[in-house]
Amino acid sequence: MSKLSLSVGPQHPGSGHMRIILTLSGDYIIEAIPDPGYVHRGEEKLAEYRNYIQNIPHLERPVVLDATGAIFPYVLAVEDLMNIIVPERAQFIRVIMAELNRIISHLYYMAIYGIFMGHSTMFMWPVGDREVFIDLANTIAGQRVTYAFLVPGGVRNDMPEKVKEQADKACNYFEKRLIEYEHIFMNNPLFEKRTKGVGILPKQDAIRLGVVGPTLRASGVKSDVRKDDTYSIYNQLDFEIPVSNACDSWSRAWIHMEEMRQSMSIIKQCLKRIPTGPVKLNLKQIKVPPGESYSRVEAARGSLSYYLISDGGKVPYRVRIMTPSFRNLITIPYIMKGVMLADMPPTYWGIDYWPVEADR
Amino acid sequence: MVETSNTESTLIEREQKLAADLKSRFGDVLEITIKSKRIKIKVKSERLLDIANYINNELGFDHSTSVSGVDYPNSKEFEVVYHLSTYGREDFRDIVIAFSTRISRDEPKTLSLINIWPSVEYSERETFEMFGIIFEGHPKLEKLLLPEDWNDIPPLRKDFKPPGR
Amino acid sequence: MVSGASTNIFVGKLKDILEYSIEEPLNYLVNWGRLYALWPVHLETACCSVEWGAVSGPRYDIERWGMLAAFGSLRQCDVLVILGTVNRKMAPRVRMIYDQMPEPKYVIAMGACAVSGGLYFDSYSVLQGVDKIIPVDIYLSGCPPRPEQLIEALIMLQNKIRISKIS
Repeated sequence: MSKLSLSVGPQHPGSGHMRIILTLSGDYIIEAIPDPGYVHRGEEKLAEYRNYIQNIPHLERPVVLDATGAIFPYVLAVEDLMNIIVPERAQFIRVIMAELNRIISHLYYMAIYGIFMGHSTMFMWPVGDREVFIDLANTIAGQRVTYAFLVPGGVRNDMPEKVKEQADKACNYFEKRLIEYEHIFMNNPLFEKRTKGVGILPKQDAIRLGVVGPTLRASGVKSDVRKDDTYSIYNQLDFEIPVSNACDSWSRAWIHMEEMRQSMSIIKQCLKRIPTGPVKLNLKQIKVPPGESYSRVEAARGSLSYYLISDGGKVPYRVRIMTPSFRNLITIPYIMKGVMLADMPPTYWGIDYWPVEADR
Repeated sequence: MVETSNTESTLIEREQKLAADLKSRFGDVLEITIKSKRIKIKVKSERLLDIANYINNELGFDHSTSVSGVDYPNSKEFEVVYHLSTYGREDFRDIVIAFSTRISRDEPKTLSLINIWPSVEYSERETFEMFGIIFEGHPKLEKLLLPEDWNDIPPLRKDFKPPGR
Repeated sequence: MVSGASTNIFVGKLKDILEYSIEEPLNYLVNWGRLYALWPVHLETACCSVEWGAVSGPRYDIERWGMLAAFGSLRQCDVLVILGTVNRKMAPRVRMIYDQMPEPKYVIAMGACAVSGGLYFDSYSVLQGVDKIIPVDIYLSGCPPRPEQLIEALIMLQNKIRISKIS
């Protein structure tokens, strides 16, 4: 059988811009080489020319679906260097926004997974249900998509009173919808046939390659930064980490569904226990002493970390951003081996690769 | 939250034990600083592979989270920092080791650690194209994120000024 | 009486009558067919693509105005919607996509980065506005623009097509 080299080129109908160069033998893939860089904007260089507050709307843009998860480790690193402690009410509001962004990001993932399979109902339902949670984020932070809401020292504004009632309504509505998603999509015989046993990443490969997020938990490793290297007030909350031993594309989708349930439970606990008080420290200016700091959080797609070096000036000396999509890029040659060409799009989307985040 | 000196010393007990272990084996080649859950090790480039092997096999830090380059034009040096973490050893899961070495700015060359930690493949490639540092032993040191026809100096160096600034 | 001068006037008036009665309605008919069935190629670059997903969803349904996101080939689409930042590695590919579409074709530049470079005005790798490589019909600013603004851009494009002459 002769070999064919195919370039699944930069413009895709559903995903962002990246290229995978495949080598095919008949209908089966024998080699897959990724080629990122089509959305590279130079964020790390630009961060050295803007001061600590001007960097906040900038650094949110790569990970646009999970904007809070992108800026959380940055403010934790700056607060670590400045040695300040954030008020309790601000910590609870930060956790509520982070979990809300996790649900919003996972719903977009399910929507695109549906359209890659040709299941257009599974595109319309999650995109519609996402609007319910975007409205809730709009009430808390004032914007639909990119908030610039977290600042070093707390959050920008306090939440209005009606958030508790709106959140209860949203969570009650969505818990019933998750059961309907299971009926039409997760237990759908076509979806199971195309994704169970496809795109296998064994456990020792997942550990050796340093994979993160739901891709890691689908390969049997029970690891989540919220429990392992706990930050903010997560040690006071009660939630579980879903894990699966199946290592295939179906279990990656299943873990996304279960994480949405856990996030709703966390939001309800936070709204019950949130104390009153100030929401930010009254800092006259952001003066960061010289030093280095490394901080990480569990964003929607996995562990996102910042390495921040300051030399005491107005702008940071070096900002190194490591996003979960860039860390999961290394799995593409491994999971695509032996997969049929028709099953390549869902296998690729299963690891939740967001090209803008990987290229920064 | 006021931390007294008693609680602070129990908070960093594990980190102090790890640092003492490494110092006793390798002596003056290392310089170690400790914070809560973060250890920074500065190594001279001759013993890089031995110490990396020890941290991987004996201490159990089985993957690298990122590789960063930092430019210090005043002392004419680059610093290459590997951040290491572990999934296998559950009692060390919250510790991150920053493993760094300094190399000369005029001839930037260092050994690649891809045979010890395969997860550094794309990060080392990115550090190569952004700073010009050559990692000897890396199988495919080519451009990853920059355009194919880039013909200027590597952009993250401090003497590259962005257009319009 | 029929003479040379009056024949000229008669032919001139006949031409006006024919133009008024056939060509104008034909113009209107062809443009009406085109503007209510604009199929987009979406160049889903960066942050603005999230609002594009929302506008195809059930709440801000853009299919009411005929923009059906038919994920077919480029060769059967009319509108190229540039959703976000175009950088130097991607620019030749955007030109290739524009050249592959058949005439008549239109371009909507969505977001501050596609209009003029936006938040990345001093980046070494971002094209300062997509009109440096392809001609743009509608400029839509915002970071990202709300879904209602995208619908307004589509309606402006439809008004532009309605008054254009087919040739």
